[in-house]
Amino acid sequence: MSETLRPTPSPTAARIRTPLARARGLGSAKSGTEHFWLQRVTAVANALLVIVVLPQIIRLAGADYATAKGALSSPFMSLPLLLLVLSGMVHMRLGMQTIIEDYVHSEGSKLVLLMLNTFFVIAVGLACVYAVAKLSFGA
Amino acid sequence: MANAEIQRSKPRPLSPHLQVYKLLINMVMSIVHRITGAALYFGTLLLAWWLIAAATSPSYFDFVTGLMSSPLGLLVLFGFSWALLHHMMGGLRHLIWDTGRGFDLETVDLLSWGTIILSAGLTVLLWIVGLVMKGGA
Repeated sequence: MSETLRPTPSPTAARIRTPLARARGLGSAKSGTEHFWLQRVTAVANALLVIVVLPQIIRLAGADYATAKGALSSPFMSLPLLLLVLSGMVHMRLGMQTIIEDYVHSEGSKLVLLMLNTFFVIAVGLACVYAVAKLSFGA
Repeated sequence: MANAEIQRSKPRPLSPHLQVYKLLINMVMSIVHRITGAALYFGTLLLAWWLIAAATSPSYFDFVTGLMSSPLGLLVLFGFSWALLHHMMGGLRHLIWDTGRGFDLETVDLLSWGTIILSAGLTVLLWIVGLVMKGGA
Protein backbone atom coordinates (compact mmCIF):
# COMPACT_ATOMS: atom_id res chain seq x y z
CA MET A 1 0.00 0.00 0.00
CA SER A 2 2.71 2.46 1.05
CA GLU A 3 5.14 0.75 -1.31
CA THR A 4 5.27 3.77 -3.60
CA LEU A 5 6.21 6.08 -0.72
CA ARG A 6 9.38 4.18 0.11
CA PRO A 7 12.76 5.12 -1.27
CA THR A 8 13.45 3.41 -4.55
CA PRO A 9 15.07 0.07 -3.79
CA SER A 10 18.49 -0.66 -5.18
CA PRO A 11 18.44 -2.20 -8.67
CA THR A 12 19.38 -5.58 -7.15
CA ALA A 13 16.54 -5.51 -4.59
CA ALA A 14 14.10 -4.47 -7.26
CA ARG A 15 15.16 -7.43 -9.37
CA ILE A 16 14.99 -9.97 -6.49
CA ARG A 17 11.48 -8.91 -5.45
CA THR A 18 8.89 -11.01 -7.31
CA PRO A 19 6.12 -9.26 -9.22
CA LEU A 20 3.60 -10.97 -6.94
CA ALA A 21 5.26 -9.56 -3.80
CA ARG A 22 5.24 -6.08 -5.34
CA ALA A 23 1.60 -6.44 -6.33
CA ARG A 24 0.61 -7.52 -2.84
CA GLY A 25 2.49 -4.57 -1.42
CA LEU A 26 2.49 -5.96 2.10
CA GLY A 27 6.12 -5.08 2.86
CA SER A 28 7.97 -6.33 5.91
CA ALA A 29 4.89 -6.26 8.18
CA LYS A 30 3.53 -9.21 6.12
CA SER A 31 0.01 -7.93 6.47
CA GLY A 32 -2.12 -5.18 5.03
CA THR A 33 -5.56 -3.96 5.97
CA GLU A 34 -7.11 -7.42 6.57
CA HIS A 35 -7.26 -6.88 10.34
CA PHE A 36 -9.11 -3.58 9.97
CA TRP A 37 -11.44 -4.87 7.28
CA LEU A 38 -12.28 -8.17 8.99
CA GLN A 39 -13.06 -6.26 12.20
CA ARG A 40 -15.59 -4.16 10.23
CA VAL A 41 -17.13 -7.09 8.36
CA THR A 42 -17.64 -9.04 11.59
CA ALA A 43 -18.89 -5.88 13.35
CA VAL A 44 -21.68 -5.49 10.80
CA ALA A 45 -22.46 -9.22 10.94
CA ASN A 46 -22.55 -9.14 14.76
CA ALA A 47 -24.89 -6.15 14.82
CA LEU A 48 -27.36 -7.76 12.39
CA LEU A 49 -27.23 -11.14 14.12
CA VAL A 50 -27.64 -9.64 17.60
CA ILE A 51 -30.85 -8.00 16.40
CA VAL A 52 -32.12 -11.47 15.39
CA VAL A 53 -30.82 -13.45 18.37
CA LEU A 54 -31.20 -11.09 21.34
CA PRO A 55 -35.05 -10.88 21.31
CA GLN A 56 -35.23 -14.69 21.21
CA ILE A 57 -32.89 -14.96 24.20
CA ILE A 58 -34.87 -12.33 26.13
CA ARG A 59 -38.01 -14.33 25.42
CA LEU A 60 -36.35 -17.28 27.20
CA ALA A 61 -35.94 -15.30 30.45
CA GLY A 62 -37.26 -17.51 33.22
CA ALA A 63 -38.24 -20.27 30.78
CA ASP A 64 -38.22 -23.88 31.96
CA TYR A 65 -35.85 -26.49 30.54
CA ALA A 66 -38.20 -27.92 27.90
CA THR A 67 -39.06 -24.46 26.53
CA ALA A 68 -35.43 -23.37 26.42
CA LYS A 69 -34.31 -26.62 24.80
CA GLY A 70 -37.08 -26.40 22.22
CA ALA A 71 -36.26 -22.80 21.37
CA LEU A 72 -32.50 -23.40 21.15
CA SER A 73 -32.93 -26.36 18.81
CA SER A 74 -35.15 -24.42 16.41
CA PRO A 75 -33.22 -23.48 13.26
CA PHE A 76 -34.52 -19.90 13.50
CA MET A 77 -32.61 -19.63 16.75
CA SER A 78 -29.70 -22.02 16.31
CA LEU A 79 -28.57 -20.88 12.84
CA PRO A 80 -28.32 -17.15 13.63
CA LEU A 81 -26.82 -18.05 17.00
CA LEU A 82 -24.12 -20.21 15.38
CA LEU A 83 -23.37 -17.48 12.85
CA LEU A 84 -23.12 -14.97 15.70
CA VAL A 85 -20.73 -17.25 17.60
CA LEU A 86 -18.50 -17.65 14.51
CA SER A 87 -18.52 -13.96 13.62
CA GLY A 88 -18.12 -13.03 17.30
CA MET A 89 -15.10 -15.34 17.68
CA VAL A 90 -13.25 -13.62 14.85
CA HIS A 91 -14.26 -10.16 16.09
CA MET A 92 -13.27 -10.74 19.72
CA ARG A 93 -9.97 -12.34 18.79
CA LEU A 94 -9.02 -9.31 16.66
CA GLY A 95 -10.20 -6.90 19.36
CA MET A 96 -8.30 -8.58 22.18
CA GLN A 97 -5.24 -8.85 19.93
CA THR A 98 -5.30 -5.05 19.54
CA ILE A 99 -5.65 -4.53 23.29
CA ILE A 100 -2.72 -6.88 24.00
CA GLU A 101 -0.52 -5.27 21.36
CA ASP A 102 -1.36 -1.80 22.72
CA TYR A 103 -0.55 -2.48 26.38
CA VAL A 104 1.88 -5.40 26.57
CA HIS A 105 5.33 -4.37 25.44
CA SER A 106 7.47 -7.27 26.62
CA GLU A 107 7.90 -9.59 23.65
CA GLY A 108 7.59 -12.79 25.70
CA SER A 109 4.41 -11.85 27.59
CA LYS A 110 2.91 -10.53 24.39
CA LEU A 111 3.47 -13.80 22.52
CA VAL A 112 2.05 -15.83 25.40
CA LEU A 113 -1.03 -13.60 25.72
CA LEU A 114 -1.67 -13.58 21.97
CA MET A 115 -1.55 -17.37 22.04
CA LEU A 116 -3.89 -17.54 25.07
CA ASN A 117 -6.23 -15.19 23.21
CA THR A 118 -6.49 -17.65 20.34
CA PHE A 119 -6.95 -20.60 22.72
CA PHE A 120 -9.67 -18.80 24.70
CA VAL A 121 -11.64 -17.78 21.63
CA ILE A 122 -11.52 -21.24 20.07
CA ALA A 123 -12.41 -22.96 23.35
CA VAL A 124 -15.40 -20.72 24.12
CA GLY A 125 -16.56 -20.75 20.50
CA LEU A 126 -16.34 -24.50 20.18
CA ALA A 127 -18.17 -24.96 23.50
CA CYS A 128 -21.08 -22.89 22.12
CA VAL A 129 -21.09 -24.74 18.80
CA TYR A 130 -20.96 -28.10 20.56
CA ALA A 131 -23.86 -27.19 22.86
CA VAL A 132 -26.06 -25.89 20.05
CA ALA A 133 -25.23 -28.89 17.87
CA LYS A 134 -26.05 -31.30 20.68
CA LEU A 135 -29.35 -29.51 21.37
CA SER A 136 -30.22 -29.56 17.67
CA PHE A 137 -29.14 -33.08 16.69
CA GLY A 138 -28.85 -34.94 20.00
CA ALA A 139 -31.47 -37.29 21.35
CA MET B 1 19.71 -2.39 28.86
CA ALA B 2 22.05 0.59 29.00
CA ASN B 3 19.11 2.86 28.24
CA ALA B 4 17.07 1.37 31.07
CA GLU B 5 19.88 1.99 33.58
CA ILE B 6 20.24 5.61 32.56
CA GLN B 7 16.50 6.09 32.96
CA ARG B 8 16.58 4.66 36.45
CA SER B 9 19.34 6.99 37.64
CA LYS B 10 17.82 10.11 36.09
CA PRO B 11 14.19 10.12 34.90
CA ARG B 12 13.88 11.55 31.43
CA PRO B 13 11.30 14.25 30.78
CA LEU B 14 8.01 12.87 29.50
CA SER B 15 5.49 14.44 27.20
CA PRO B 16 2.16 15.31 28.83
CA HIS B 17 -0.31 12.45 28.93
CA LEU B 18 -4.11 12.18 29.22
CA GLN B 19 -4.32 13.69 32.73
CA VAL B 20 -3.41 17.20 31.54
CA TYR B 21 -6.32 17.41 29.14
CA LYS B 22 -9.91 18.26 29.98
CA LEU B 23 -11.97 15.06 29.89
CA LEU B 24 -14.28 15.12 26.89
CA ILE B 25 -17.22 12.81 26.22
CA ASN B 26 -15.60 11.31 23.12
CA MET B 27 -12.53 10.36 25.19
CA VAL B 28 -14.76 8.63 27.74
CA MET B 29 -16.72 6.82 25.01
CA SER B 30 -13.46 5.72 23.39
CA ILE B 31 -12.11 3.96 26.46
CA VAL B 32 -15.58 2.65 27.44
CA HIS B 33 -15.81 1.07 23.98
CA ARG B 34 -12.60 -0.83 24.70
CA ILE B 35 -13.64 -1.73 28.25
CA THR B 36 -17.06 -3.03 27.14
CA GLY B 37 -15.34 -4.98 24.36
CA ALA B 38 -13.05 -6.66 26.87
CA ALA B 39 -16.01 -7.31 29.21
CA LEU B 40 -17.98 -8.93 26.38
CA TYR B 41 -14.93 -11.06 25.55
CA PHE B 42 -15.11 -12.67 28.98
CA GLY B 43 -18.91 -12.41 29.05
CA THR B 44 -19.04 -14.99 26.25
CA LEU B 45 -18.18 -17.48 29.01
CA LEU B 46 -21.69 -16.86 30.41
CA LEU B 47 -23.31 -17.57 27.04
CA ALA B 48 -21.24 -20.74 26.61
CA TRP B 49 -22.06 -21.84 30.17
CA TRP B 50 -25.79 -21.31 29.64
CA LEU B 51 -25.75 -23.22 26.33
CA ILE B 52 -23.68 -26.07 27.77
CA ALA B 53 -26.09 -26.26 30.72
CA ALA B 54 -29.05 -26.54 28.33
CA ALA B 55 -27.20 -29.31 26.47
CA THR B 56 -26.32 -31.18 29.68
CA SER B 57 -29.39 -31.95 31.81
CA PRO B 58 -32.57 -30.35 33.18
CA SER B 59 -31.16 -30.27 36.72
CA TYR B 60 -27.91 -28.60 35.67
CA PHE B 61 -29.85 -26.11 33.52
CA ASP B 62 -32.05 -25.25 36.52
CA PHE B 63 -28.93 -24.82 38.66
CA VAL B 64 -27.33 -22.39 36.17
CA THR B 65 -30.48 -20.39 35.46
CA GLY B 66 -31.07 -20.28 39.23
CA LEU B 67 -27.65 -18.67 39.70
CA MET B 68 -28.29 -16.28 36.83
CA SER B 69 -31.63 -15.14 38.25
CA SER B 70 -30.18 -14.48 41.72
CA PRO B 71 -29.72 -10.76 42.54
CA LEU B 72 -25.99 -10.96 41.75
CA GLY B 73 -26.67 -12.97 38.60
CA LEU B 74 -29.23 -10.45 37.38
CA LEU B 75 -26.79 -7.61 38.06
CA VAL B 76 -24.12 -9.38 35.99
CA LEU B 77 -26.59 -10.04 33.16
CA PHE B 78 -27.76 -6.42 33.29
CA GLY B 79 -24.14 -5.29 32.96
CA PHE B 80 -23.56 -7.80 30.16
CA SER B 81 -26.57 -6.57 28.21
CA TRP B 82 -25.58 -2.92 28.66
CA ALA B 83 -22.00 -3.69 27.57
CA LEU B 84 -23.36 -5.46 24.47
CA LEU B 85 -25.66 -2.59 23.49
CA HIS B 86 -23.05 0.05 24.32
CA HIS B 87 -20.38 -1.69 22.27
CA MET B 88 -22.91 -2.07 19.44
CA MET B 89 -23.84 1.65 19.51
CA GLY B 90 -20.15 2.58 19.74
CA GLY B 91 -19.43 0.28 16.83
CA LEU B 92 -22.13 1.94 14.71
CA ARG B 93 -20.55 5.32 15.57
CA HIS B 94 -17.19 4.00 14.38
CA LEU B 95 -18.77 2.68 11.17
CA ILE B 96 -20.12 6.19 10.50
CA TRP B 97 -16.64 7.61 11.13
CA ASP B 98 -15.16 4.94 8.84
CA THR B 99 -17.01 6.56 5.94
CA GLY B 100 -15.15 9.80 6.66
CA ARG B 101 -18.27 11.57 7.92
CA GLY B 102 -19.07 13.12 11.28
CA PHE B 103 -15.69 14.46 12.32
CA ASP B 104 -16.74 18.04 13.05
CA LEU B 105 -16.87 18.80 16.77
CA GLU B 106 -20.66 19.11 17.11
CA THR B 107 -21.23 15.77 15.37
CA VAL B 108 -18.51 14.07 17.44
CA ASP B 109 -20.24 15.33 20.60
CA LEU B 110 -23.66 14.33 19.32
CA LEU B 111 -22.54 10.81 18.34
CA SER B 112 -20.70 10.34 21.64
CA TRP B 113 -23.64 11.43 23.80
CA GLY B 114 -25.96 9.44 21.53
CA THR B 115 -23.92 6.31 22.21
CA ILE B 116 -24.32 6.43 25.98
CA ILE B 117 -27.93 7.69 25.97
CA LEU B 118 -29.11 5.10 23.44
CA SER B 119 -27.24 2.23 25.08
CA ALA B 120 -28.57 3.06 28.55
CA GLY B 121 -32.10 3.69 27.26
CA LEU B 122 -32.24 0.53 25.17
CA THR B 123 -30.86 -1.58 28.03
CA VAL B 124 -33.54 -0.36 30.45
CA LEU B 125 -36.23 -0.78 27.80
CA LEU B 126 -35.19 -4.37 27.00
CA TRP B 127 -35.12 -5.28 30.69
CA ILE B 128 -38.59 -3.83 31.26
CA VAL B 129 -39.88 -5.85 28.27
CA GLY B 130 -38.08 -8.97 29.50
CA LEU B 131 -39.34 -8.67 33.07
CA VAL B 132 -42.92 -7.96 31.97
CA MET B 133 -42.84 -11.01 29.67
CA LYS B 134 -41.37 -13.16 32.43
CA GLY B 135 -44.07 -11.99 34.82
CA GLY B 136 -46.78 -12.67 32.25
CA ALA B 137 -45.50 -16.16 31.36
